[in-house]
Amino acid sequence: MGRKVLQKWQDLDDKAAGARGTGQLSDVKTMSAAGADGAGIDRSAGTPLLEAFGLTKRFGDILANESVDLRINQGEIHALLGENGAGKSTLVKSFYGSLEPDSGEIFWLGKRVRIDNPSEARRLGIGMVFQHFSLFEALTVVENIALALPKPGPMGELARRIRTISEDYGLPLNPDDVVADLPVGIRQRIEIIRCLLQEPRLIIMDEPTSVLTPQEADRLFVTLQRLASEGCAVLYISHRLEEVQRICHHATILRHGRKVAECDPSLETAGSLARMMVGAEVAHVSARDTAPATGPVRLRLTGLSASALTPFATALSGIDLEVHGGEVVAIAGVAGNGQGELFDVISGEREVPSAMIQLDDMPCGHRSITWRRQKSAAFVPEERLGHGSVPGLELSGNVTLTRHSTGDGLIATLGLLSRQAAHALEKKIKGTYDVRMSHDNPEARSLSGGNLQKFVVGRELDRNPGILVINQPTWGVDAGAAALIRQALIDLARSGSAVLVISQDLDEIFEVADRIAVISRGMLSRAEPVAEMTRERIGLLMAGGAEDESARQATSRTGAGGAA
Amino acid sequence: MFEAVLLTVITAATPLLIAAIGELVVERSGVLNLGVEGMMIMGAVVGFGAANLTGSGTVGALAAILAGMGMSAIFGLLVLYLATNQVATGLALTILGLGLSGLIGEAFIGVPGLKLPRLEIAGLSDIPFFGPVVFNQDALVYVGLGLVAIVSYVLFRTRAGLILRAVGDNHGSAHALGYSVLKVRFLAVLFGGGCAGLAGGYMSLAYTPQWVENMTAGRGWIALALVVFASWLPVRVVAGAYLFGAVTVLTFHAQAQGLGIPSQFLSSLPYLATIVVLVIISANRRLTLVNTPACLGKPFVPDR
Repeated sequence: MGRKVLQKWQDLDDKAAGARGTGQLSDVKTMSAAGADGAGIDRSAGTPLLEAFGLTKRFGDILANESVDLRINQGEIHALLGENGAGKSTLVKSFYGSLEPDSGEIFWLGKRVRIDNPSEARRLGIGMVFQHFSLFEALTVVENIALALPKPGPMGELARRIRTISEDYGLPLNPDDVVADLPVGIRQRIEIIRCLLQEPRLIIMDEPTSVLTPQEADRLFVTLQRLASEGCAVLYISHRLEEVQRICHHATILRHGRKVAECDPSLETAGSLARMMVGAEVAHVSARDTAPATGPVRLRLTGLSASALTPFATALSGIDLEVHGGEVVAIAGVAGNGQGELFDVISGEREVPSAMIQLDDMPCGHRSITWRRQKSAAFVPEERLGHGSVPGLELSGNVTLTRHSTGDGLIATLGLLSRQAAHALEKKIKGTYDVRMSHDNPEARSLSGGNLQKFVVGRELDRNPGILVINQPTWGVDAGAAALIRQALIDLARSGSAVLVISQDLDEIFEVADRIAVISRGMLSRAEPVAEMTRERIGLLMAGGAEDESARQATSRTGAGGAA
Repeated sequence: MFEAVLLTVITAATPLLIAAIGELVVERSGVLNLGVEGMMIMGAVVGFGAANLTGSGTVGALAAILAGMGMSAIFGLLVLYLATNQVATGLALTILGLGLSGLIGEAFIGVPGLKLPRLEIAGLSDIPFFGPVVFNQDALVYVGLGLVAIVSYVLFRTRAGLILRAVGDNHGSAHALGYSVLKVRFLAVLFGGGCAGLAGGYMSLAYTPQWVENMTAGRGWIALALVVFASWLPVRVVAGAYLFGAVTVLTFHAQAQGLGIPSQFLSSLPYLATIVVLVIISANRRLTLVNTPACLGKPFVPDR
């Protein structure tokens, strides 16, 4: 069984993968079942590959890891679960040698080891695929890989090896491509192949699927299954419980830096796993009726195009979208397909011809951000620290930055700032959105990621904007806070506002959206009601189908027929 | 006549070439050292002094290299290990160098210099026109061109160069892969300092063999501009250096011909040319960004 699936999978090529998405999905499921006994590896027997006892790491006042024990067997796909800030990344960085634990012991194949730096980890046979890729954009694929190998040998020889091994694992790569030109899915391949060339015994993957289309993720799972069947262990960090249940043999759950549970995820439900992670029942976004888009159009994009400002940016071309009052429209897409550029243009950070953007039927493509805010629009960018807030400025100052001209009384007589009013507003946001802070009115940078996100979102929601554009509303936010933010978005829309959500998280999109559009290479597909969208269809659109679809729309609009 | 002009162009271009190739390596590692002028002038005064004391041009050149390295070591310690602001520290280094060199050089004013011997290649230098231009220059002209070839080879063909470029492109990832970002950068800064020192030494040993206060006269800044002009590619540095050298020499000849253009305007030509070239280059963002080291000027503080 296993062999048959492998053969099938090897035959896949790039193009066919997308088209066969659905079929592949079921293959993975069968293989998961077969893989457990079919490969003939008894994972629990023998010396564990890696064992850690009492790992503790402290950053200032915060205990990131507190006496964590972990045991990974050979050929096991081991999930590491936990909310943001639970200490998962800190823990794996200790295994990879990029952080040094304050105390605790690590055993590798039964022998006590000290992993001082990543080269030592690689020498032992530990490879890592980072969440935020550790690639060098200005270098070629082969150069990137050579940097990670202790003895890469001549470049030509290495390039041939990369070609062979990447094709063997069904993740084809061209060694001479410059990384900056490659989409994010291919970049992850580079990281994986880079690991494989080191012939690792353990691969650590930090949220590998957060940047992949569903089809790309399926393909990754097949690779992981194959690696496990060859005896290589995988330490798999993910938020996505459904994935963990599908491919992982064992799971360790962290909460607030401590190990709270171990389990076999296939014997648990998503609900019970979530309970272990959060330590409480996770609030669900209240069931809702999908609102028909009957309100007036409040945000309209017409033929929105913008050139790429840097070689690494995406150009926007011919984007049409209408968001009605009362509805949430979500834009799905893999990172780096123009989401950031689209946000910058709608929020007014970048000017475009006036008619391309209309807020409440007022053309405003050339208007300033403040002008748009005064017309009751609000914007929450993706990067909360540095873009959404000034790191070194206290929270009340950050409130003033986006709210000074929106009639909240933050500017007193003679155009002076009213600190009291800003402080009062900051307190109100803190109370409503449960922003936790160690002392009163701290600097933005001292807040944890989730808390700062609640603050940045709360700051805009607090004024009940008529139009809200929000990029990655719950990126890196724990489940409880994410539910709170999503509920707030839906409530805002139901009160008559137009809400545009840009997100890479499909679960989130299906939770909040009334209509869904997909962005791919700077082009946007038509926004379709959520009931008519499936994950498979979104995946195809993400992989480039949006272009075909928008091209089809263009031809039907101009009445040119199918000649093109 | 043309032969003589070409000879002077080569000598005028050589200090620019040597200083710029050094700065190119520094910037490829992600560090912006604006102190080139200060390191050059220190190289000039120390090189002149050492050559005068020992009577050896070679010792002078070596002393100039050491002086430049010493200056760059100060810079490196400050910006790398204490993470000070690179722009401010670089500017301070230039001011320090100009002042210190004036102090050291007080004794050398009016002292006749020692000219570096020409490296005549027997037989070949007798070829008419071609011989004197190509085979009868002082040794540092060949050293400069040799440096470009070596830097080009090391940067793009060796592992050391790959690591250097990687550190300049993404210091976080380089650190995550286990490379010592600060060590690589410090070595690059030292190399850049040595080159700047040698370029300064060339000024006081070969170009005009004497010591005059502030004798580098802004060449360090032109060298900095040259690196951008060359979009961080060594071979283009050669083209740029000779172009700028030619503009400098043109100034002299235009004055000699009595064209009736104010001499101040002519002497400002190289600097105007620098500005024009920088404007043209920055207009094409794609051209500059592709080779620009992404971490240029950003401090790196390892989180350990």
